[in-house]
Amino acid sequence: MSDETDKRREARSYLIGLGLALALTLPVFALVAWDLAPRMTILWVTAIAAVLQIAAHLRFFLHIRLKGQTREDLHLILFTTLILLLMGGGTIWLLWNLHTRMG
Amino acid sequence: MSATQTRHPGLNLGSNHQSADDRAETEVFGFWVFMMSDAILFGLLMATYVVMRPNTNGGPGPHDLFELKSIFIETMLLLASSVAIGFSHLALKHEDRPTKMVIWLVVAMALALAFVGFEIHDFLKMAGKGGVPQASGFLSAFFALVPLHGLHVSAACLWGLAILGQLARYGLDDGVKVSMVRLAVLWHFLDLVWIGIFSLVYIGGLA
Amino acid sequence: MTDWGFPFGRLTLDAIPLSDIVTAHGRTELLSGITGSAAAGAAVLGALVALVIVTWKGWWKPLWSDWLTSVDHKKIGIMYIVFSFVMLARALAEAFVMRMQQVVGHDGGGIVMPEHFAQLFSTHGTIMIFFMAMPFLTGMINYVMPLQIGARDVAFPVLNSVSLMLTVAGGIILMVSLVLEPFSTGGWSGYPPYTEAAFNPGAGPDYWIWAVTLSSLGTTFTGINFAVTIYKKRCPGMTLMRMPLFTWTALCTSILMIFAMPPLTIATALLALDRYLDFHLFTNGGGGNMMNYANLFWLFGHPEVYILILPAFGVWSEVFSTFSGKTLYGYTALVIATMAIAVLSFTVWVHHFFTMGQSANLNAAFGIATMLIGVPTGVKIYDWMLTMYRGRVRISVPMLYALAFLFLFTIGGLSGILLANPTIDYQTHNTLFLVAHFHNMLIPGLLFGMIAGYTMWFPKAFGFRLDEKWGYRAAWCWIFGFMGAFFPLYALGLMGMPRRMADYFTGAWLPWTVVALAGAGLIVLAFTFLLVQLRVSVRDRARLAVPVGDPWDGRSLEWGLPAPPPEWNFPALPRVEGRDAFATLKMTGEDLGPPDDGYEDIRMPKNAVLGPVIGALGTGLAFALTWYLWWLALPLAALVPVVLIAQGFRRDTEKVIPAHEVRETWRAFRALAARTPRVSRRAEYTRDNRGHAIPMPQEAAE
Repeated sequence: MSDETDKRREARSYLIGLGLALALTLPVFALVAWDLAPRMTILWVTAIAAVLQIAAHLRFFLHIRLKGQTREDLHLILFTTLILLLMGGGTIWLLWNLHTRMG
Repeated sequence: MSATQTRHPGLNLGSNHQSADDRAETEVFGFWVFMMSDAILFGLLMATYVVMRPNTNGGPGPHDLFELKSIFIETMLLLASSVAIGFSHLALKHEDRPTKMVIWLVVAMALALAFVGFEIHDFLKMAGKGGVPQASGFLSAFFALVPLHGLHVSAACLWGLAILGQLARYGLDDGVKVSMVRLAVLWHFLDLVWIGIFSLVYIGGLA
Repeated sequence: MTDWGFPFGRLTLDAIPLSDIVTAHGRTELLSGITGSAAAGAAVLGALVALVIVTWKGWWKPLWSDWLTSVDHKKIGIMYIVFSFVMLARALAEAFVMRMQQVVGHDGGGIVMPEHFAQLFSTHGTIMIFFMAMPFLTGMINYVMPLQIGARDVAFPVLNSVSLMLTVAGGIILMVSLVLEPFSTGGWSGYPPYTEAAFNPGAGPDYWIWAVTLSSLGTTFTGINFAVTIYKKRCPGMTLMRMPLFTWTALCTSILMIFAMPPLTIATALLALDRYLDFHLFTNGGGGNMMNYANLFWLFGHPEVYILILPAFGVWSEVFSTFSGKTLYGYTALVIATMAIAVLSFTVWVHHFFTMGQSANLNAAFGIATMLIGVPTGVKIYDWMLTMYRGRVRISVPMLYALAFLFLFTIGGLSGILLANPTIDYQTHNTLFLVAHFHNMLIPGLLFGMIAGYTMWFPKAFGFRLDEKWGYRAAWCWIFGFMGAFFPLYALGLMGMPRRMADYFTGAWLPWTVVALAGAGLIVLAFTFLLVQLRVSVRDRARLAVPVGDPWDGRSLEWGLPAPPPEWNFPALPRVEGRDAFATLKMTGEDLGPPDDGYEDIRMPKNAVLGPVIGALGTGLAFALTWYLWWLALPLAALVPVVLIAQGFRRDTEKVIPAHEVRETWRAFRALAARTPRVSRRAEYTRDNRGHAIPMPQEAAE
């Protein structure tokens, strides 16, 4: 593969990333700005959009792919996700539990 | 280097920069590990924020303090800055001369500084409405989380300046190249954190 | 801030322990003042003596250029271990004073005031975890791991030096707190609201916050460094499943460091925000949530337990296989068990505060997760026992520790299974039963492991063995001292004696505390014997010399190098064909050197001043923040980014060691090996052992 096509492909990657990021951000802001949906719906949409946008950034800005990546990079991201879920989820579970029992 | 094998997170410099690319495999991987450690830091501050969110202590809450318009501008600035650092990185890889890289880097830094400026403006406005960290558990958690991200962005800008200094002193050597790759990784990572912050703190607070 | 705290901030003469003697009322206050002043005096005197010796011998230059600025992983490893021995001496002395107080403090009074006692258990815990255990294992991994994977250094040598100096900076802050009181009275875990400004406005908790923060930053960098080294710097052929088990445990420990230190950094940083800037994160009022502190602290604290124990498991694996003359039994099972423990360690932190008030269901979930950890640990115990089965077992000094470990650690583990049950924990929490349990895990598990590793690898690092006679004496004292000091605490705990108690009025407890004191005395003796052993071994180093470097018929790559190894470790990067790489190589009669024309120039990192500079900045900044010396803190804080940016401008960072020099060194080593007779395992502890071993299969065939 020549440098020139490499360059075009890589530049396109950033532009695709930008497009996806905008597509996932703008509707969320719109929902809140004009109060277009019930609160819980907005929160769910935001959460899903955020996860998708993080995935898009990882793929198109940080060039992380499921195939062709060195194994340790992928291990690391998956393990970090696991630990974040354990620690963050655990914190919220525990302290919410305490909160309800003190209320 | 073929397009199917990448050696580290972020855009790889490839075989035209063989020695820098070799160094980057270890250094950028190490830096990425550090970012993951940092991600735990932010993740726990976010969890703390979620837990403290109801503790407004009779003081102002999200609806009194946050302004969607300003957050929207900040989000766009940071996104644009992330794309700009990407183009700077691309220019480093494909151009012989560093001119384009420098221009895009300066653009990215300007956008990031504008982001920080808007953020400081937000904080001052919040303080004017009684939204200071000493007011409540909610605001303490907010100010432990959000300014830490802003501080990271500012530090990244300072690093950008240091890279420009090294470029002026040594030209486009391997040290500058590898630093640039790491800076780009940091920049994109900070954008990831911001997705979490604007979704959880701002959208979650205003919805 | 209008008050710049110039020049002394909130530091007054009261901070000097002697002032406690002057203002003392009554016997206990006087004795307490004398105890504190004696400790401070010993610290100052020790520092002065060290300074005088270094100056008198003219060691400043070599100290600076051969050690402090060195980025050689071997030297950094040695410095870590020396540092941890110094800190061990202090924390051990504190433990002895506490045991003494619990004997003489019966019916009130005693030799230290409750406030002073609280400082003692706070520094004892903080030092033992952060400044004894962590540096010890970090030093051990630093020295051994790159040799085991066939690397010339760690991935980031300068960062390695920075980590060391950050840890030392924290240690210095703790030593300073001995001379300029007070330290925190909040225990090693520093729970708010007790450590908040409202209850504890003095310097104590601030000392603790900054000392721990410095150490946790250093540890995070260490974790990153080790993990990247193991992932990226292994020699050709050294696949993950061929790595020695010590390296495997080093990898798992470093991953735990990377992910478990951030919660601690958050906990201390948020506590600092509360104390310095009146935030309400963990405060009683203002919408704070103090329970989140316990949550954050133990999110770190539990994985920390495994950061401590896994490297010791690695050492045990090497000890059992080396001193049984056999390959490790159940290598794959041990690797999987290590990884399982590492992951499970993130799922059990709530068992440190079962009684905080969360629901029974939540407690049950964490209780079950806790018990699950017993499974992989049990697998390991069986694997080690089966490694000895039909082996050529020698009860060497490390092996003596290892056998004691098998029994004692299992007892400690069983008491842990009891505590994992929330209903039992409700009865025993905060009693000495818990104190007995975790000392039972950490002393026979971690500390014995580290001493065993120290005994095993010392000849590799210095070229001579440690005297065995004193080694056995120290080992027996450690073993019986431990049992004497901590088994009574199980009984005391079940009798209801709370931990951290300065005085009490229950006569039935007294006999047990006397036994515990006797045990503590034996432990002090054991430590003294270790020092004597070092002294004797240095004196008799000619008798104990093992220059060929393989005194125990070792199995992994490091044993194929001269003792001590050259700066560049390997004359050529080895090519590994399987596990137990050196054991296989020995059988062929070859060594790690390349053929005569196979030598190449070696690039090694140059010394760097960044480590000492960051260490000095860290120490100064922590001290200035503790005592509100804002005029000093501000410029020091500003210097940190300046120094880091300056580091980025460094270019000339490598030196070249020419191929012919490497060849000469290695040829000399080959010649030495050729004229040194090989020794059988029977003569391991005699002066015939010059480090040239007959491989076990050959010895068995003869």
